[in-house]
Amino acid sequence: MTDRHPGFSTLAVHAGAQPDPTTGARATPIYQTTSFVFNDADHAASLFGLQAFGNIYTRIGNPTNAVLEERVAALEGGTAALAVASGHAAQVVVFQQLLMPGDEIIAARKLYGGSINQFTHAFKSFGWNVAWADSDDIASFERAVTPHTKAIFIESIANPSGSITDIEAIAAVARKAGVPLIVDNTLATPYLIRPIDHGADIVVHSLTKFLGGHGNSLGGIIVDAGTFDWSKDNKYPMLSEPRPEYHGIKLQETFGNFAFAIACRVLGLRDLGPALSPFNAFMILTGIETLPLRMQKHCENAKAVAEFLAGHPKVAAVNYAGLASDRYNNLARKYAPKGAGAVFTFSLKDGYDAGVNLVSNLKLFSHLANVGDTRSLVIHPASTTHSQLDDAAKVKSGAAPDVVRLSIGIEDKEDLIADLEQALTA
Amino acid sequence: MNHDAYDDNYIRAILNSVKSIAMVGASPVNVRPSYFAFKYLAQRGYDMIPVNPGHVGKSLLGKPFVAQLADIDRPIDMIDIFRNSSHIMPVVDEALKLSPLPKVIWMQLGARDDAAAEKAEAAGVKVVMNRCPKIEYGRLSSEISWMGVNSRTLSSKRAPIPTQGMRLSLNRMSVGGGETAASDRAAKNKSEP
Repeated sequence: MTDRHPGFSTLAVHAGAQPDPTTGARATPIYQTTSFVFNDADHAASLFGLQAFGNIYTRIGNPTNAVLEERVAALEGGTAALAVASGHAAQVVVFQQLLMPGDEIIAARKLYGGSINQFTHAFKSFGWNVAWADSDDIASFERAVTPHTKAIFIESIANPSGSITDIEAIAAVARKAGVPLIVDNTLATPYLIRPIDHGADIVVHSLTKFLGGHGNSLGGIIVDAGTFDWSKDNKYPMLSEPRPEYHGIKLQETFGNFAFAIACRVLGLRDLGPALSPFNAFMILTGIETLPLRMQKHCENAKAVAEFLAGHPKVAAVNYAGLASDRYNNLARKYAPKGAGAVFTFSLKDGYDAGVNLVSNLKLFSHLANVGDTRSLVIHPASTTHSQLDDAAKVKSGAAPDVVRLSIGIEDKEDLIADLEQALTA
Repeated sequence: MNHDAYDDNYIRAILNSVKSIAMVGASPVNVRPSYFAFKYLAQRGYDMIPVNPGHVGKSLLGKPFVAQLADIDRPIDMIDIFRNSSHIMPVVDEALKLSPLPKVIWMQLGARDDAAAEKAEAAGVKVVMNRCPKIEYGRLSSEISWMGVNSRTLSSKRAPIPTQGMRLSLNRMSVGGGETAASDRAAKNKSEP
């Protein structure tokens, strides 16, 4: 039997899933159950002690969720994954494994506004500090490193600006600092960019966006690349030290190159509780089966819409890395040769009011706070997703007051362009 | 032999062919990794022999401890060494005095001694280092997928029901020749100065 290398589309359909052992069901069943019976007392004790593989309680693991986890781990090229209730939950669970009060992370300034809020305010109450750096100035990450730094966090394609991050350059800074690089790969999906191939140690996603892809289910996921040595400098005691709640097990010693995913499950998800509903896992799995097809169409449409806007007399600027004239086009060619994604921003010559008018004049685009739907979406970040930032921070995060964000769907591109045309001239 | 990244076929052939496994450093303490690896492999049908001079006279899950490999009364297919890297060489020397020779010497997750591996391979013994047979068995059978682990295998056949004592099929189609890009990179990073 020869080992083969199945392609991305094959993995998107098959990885992690197998016909059900009991019924032969071919689609992954929704195991809508809170708990799972034990074979006997010894089996129960083995499962609770992390000594056997198996299911206990859906807050810790669920067979439907496990299929989703293995599938995304396979698509990202990681060793293991953990699905949770949302992208935000994924971030909290990741950092709970890495940070103690007084520790720091370095984060790119160009981030989803919700992440900026979470890091700035919620994390502050845990005693976790954030140093901000500029993805366009790699040295700013190096300058931000202190003895308290425990991780670096970036987005592969930044929200809302659509700019492409030089993952390899920042991975080099992380390696030198001896800390893991965490990449939020939500807007790219592994179909466009696989951050682990470029040096990421941990990948997180909001599954709610392109992976699920249909705007119907929240979810988040953490992928362990299996690349980081958690025991090296004793900086990550959750992974390197004996865990009292598991009879003194050391997670890295016991689980090797998927210890981080196990820590997220048995210390993070178990104790913090943001479990993903198996029903949502099923919806997201179904979405992932068509991820390659959808991403091709999303990117093709986004490029056509960006080109149309770039040539429109009322448009001041279009920020889409897929355009040859864009400042991130070289990075897009390197990291995302199949397409620069489908979320980008543009600004109007007549500023803030023109942006507000455009949003209300659109008939096909939906005005809402999400991205990565089959439907095309529009929002004005300065008054919504990034409204809690001051004006200077808005500009730095790519959400200046005159900027409109689009998430291009998989409709016919001619209809999307016609809708924008009528809204711009209305 | 590249000991940074093993092909799935190499590991699969070992786990499919060995029948008896002597575990050096097996612990009777039921929260130690050696204890639960021993138990798991015994439940999967391997003939397990615990080797630990500190526990002679006691038994582990019904199997009596022996003090050293030479005390085992039957041929051994595989030696699984649950000791730190610094204690590997004496065990390998002891193993290479056995007649017949073991087919495989396996060093646990975290344990690696390249000189000892070279010596064993020169004697015709297959070597695996820095891996856990329980994890590899669970991965190749996809049983470990319950934990969200990337088994790197695919199958369109009905999954076996994992029950106690059941021997699972390891003959699933492997993805990507046995190692992920990430583990290749980890191995590469480690060899960099």
